[in-house]
Amino acid sequence: MSQDILENAVASQPSPGDKYFKPFEASAEIEALADERIAHYPVSKLSAVLPLLHIVQHNFGFISKESITWVADKLEIEKIKVLSVVTFYPAFRQSAPGKFHYRVCRTLSCAMAGSYELMDKICEITNIDRSKLSHHHPIVVSPCGNYSVEFAECLASCGSGPACLVNDDFHDNVGPDKAQDLIDKYSLSWTSNFL
Amino acid sequence: MDEQLPLTNFSLHNTMSDIKYLPGKEPHPSEHRLIFKNIDRAGWDTSIDTYIADGGYDQLKKAIKMEPSAITNEVKTSGLRGRGGAGFPTGVKWGFIPPNNTKPVYLICNADESEPGTFKDRYILHQDPHQLIEGMVISAFAVGAKTAFIYMREEFPEAALTIERAIEEARAKNLVGNDILGSGFDLEIWVHRGAAAYICGEETGLIESLEGKRPYPRIKPPYFPAALGLYMAPTIVNNVESLCHVKHIIEMGGAEYAKLGVERNTGTRILCVSGDVKNPGYYEVQVGKITMGELLNDICGGPKDGRSFKAVIPGGSSSKILRCEEVFKIGRGEDAKDLAFWDIQMDFDTLAACGTMAGSGGVIVLDDSRKMSWVLNNINHFYAHESCGQCTPCREGNGWMKKISDRIVNGLAAPEDIQTLEDVAYQIDGKTICAFGEASSWPVEAIISKFRDELTAETSQDNQRLSKEQLQREAYLAE
Repeated sequence: MSQDILENAVASQPSPGDKYFKPFEASAEIEALADERIAHYPVSKLSAVLPLLHIVQHNFGFISKESITWVADKLEIEKIKVLSVVTFYPAFRQSAPGKFHYRVCRTLSCAMAGSYELMDKICEITNIDRSKLSHHHPIVVSPCGNYSVEFAECLASCGSGPACLVNDDFHDNVGPDKAQDLIDKYSLSWTSNFL
Repeated sequence: MDEQLPLTNFSLHNTMSDIKYLPGKEPHPSEHRLIFKNIDRAGWDTSIDTYIADGGYDQLKKAIKMEPSAITNEVKTSGLRGRGGAGFPTGVKWGFIPPNNTKPVYLICNADESEPGTFKDRYILHQDPHQLIEGMVISAFAVGAKTAFIYMREEFPEAALTIERAIEEARAKNLVGNDILGSGFDLEIWVHRGAAAYICGEETGLIESLEGKRPYPRIKPPYFPAALGLYMAPTIVNNVESLCHVKHIIEMGGAEYAKLGVERNTGTRILCVSGDVKNPGYYEVQVGKITMGELLNDICGGPKDGRSFKAVIPGGSSSKILRCEEVFKIGRGEDAKDLAFWDIQMDFDTLAACGTMAGSGGVIVLDDSRKMSWVLNNINHFYAHESCGQCTPCREGNGWMKKISDRIVNGLAAPEDIQTLEDVAYQIDGKTICAFGEASSWPVEAIISKFRDELTAETSQDNQRLSKEQLQREAYLAE
């Protein structure tokens, strides 16, 4: 009896952020975006695995089992090859983040400028249990599902730390005293420039 | 008061005399801006019209009429050394493409800037995309590449859009695409976004990533992807800043460019200063023309009030740390001389002679308020997170180093832990496929050898005896 290789391997968990993301669906629009990217790599379709996963995560919040199957079919490769890429890269999530995902730089220069304190403050304001943040659980979502936090490694803005990405928006010079502003800026009516 | 001041005029370079910068963002008078000429410039935007009105793409028009080999020769003459970290001569790298090659050639721009302490490419990618595209088209023409990729780190989503828009603008003006400017030369440039992995900055790891696999760096030889790279074809991988320099080499001529900087360390480079200084930021200077003391005290305004400098990481977190009171022995035999820390010239060769490296130009400054155990722990966390896991010494060793330094900062370490940590570092150094092994072990080796007493003072013999602490240590090891 054959079993789907992704059955036990994909770590998608229910998340309070689920309500903000629609379930994966390979609509005509998504197919067209994917085909455009695949055309950039005439020598090997496999090269398009990162661009396709970016399209999935950008539109559906995280990489689900169904989306891995779709990417594999699209590129005519085994599902395990797609999964091996998803599990390697820190940028790919397998569960829904919050509507606003805060990535705080924790590397040396930002840490010296107070990024750990910024993280503490963001967690305090958004009611996130910071102790749940660990190597194996890099992302924690607030109970309301609006916010999630993650420590990022060097965002390359060391001269103006602490630095923080909120979804695709970049902020620098955000000390712990700016945490409240950083949360307030993203009210629920806000729409990203990039989404 | 500040708002009433007129925009300052700088005559740093003859072509820049009428350039005005945004208030508060003016270059320091010691700077020599080539690459960063348009960064923070008043009235500047990322559109192609702004760039062309400033003389943009003129060098491409000039280069496309040259012989490709003549461009490579100019770059060789210029002495340009790669700005990504290793400092390898760019023109020599281009020359490694096999002469009888029949496969397609690829050019890859390494825009995966992720060495802690480095933040120069961010500004080029966000504020001056056409400079990079012009440099890339000239470079692709020189090496005969018809396809080029910009491997952009995932954390620059805005830059990816800016660059893609810029490529479309250039395509509309026949500066990218088929038959560029009627020369018969075709080039496609694609942006390929990474996914937050430091190892993708290693050129063979980057190539694996671009092929759609896990970015495990390749076993050497071949030492250069110029022989076998992307899709097993000759591939040139260059840093963003290096490719931008190519444009200026065409403008000035290789010999004239080589007059900037000092012998064997030519041109300008961007030093990124972060940490405990009054004015952190990016400063483009002639390579080797300023000393560490001038950089920290004059350009960056010295230490913060009431503090003094303790140590400096001179070229990204992988480079070996330098203590401010150190004196180095430079040269051999009769030429040997003493060189104080403050007199180190910021170039590749002098920093290498001091036992560290110029790396990617990321200068991280630490003052006397910083505990070295905390710094070491932060760096170890980074490398433990970023090890790709291909080679056992690096995968396991970096995890161990992180755990030992966790114990030190938590006051749970025994005195012999310092020796264990050092031993682990030497077991990684030189025993891995790629340079990540050295990158992760050098900072540990250097911090231990230079601050051994400070680290040992944070350990305690009690940690040998107390059963509670023993249990906590066991818990750490089991994690």
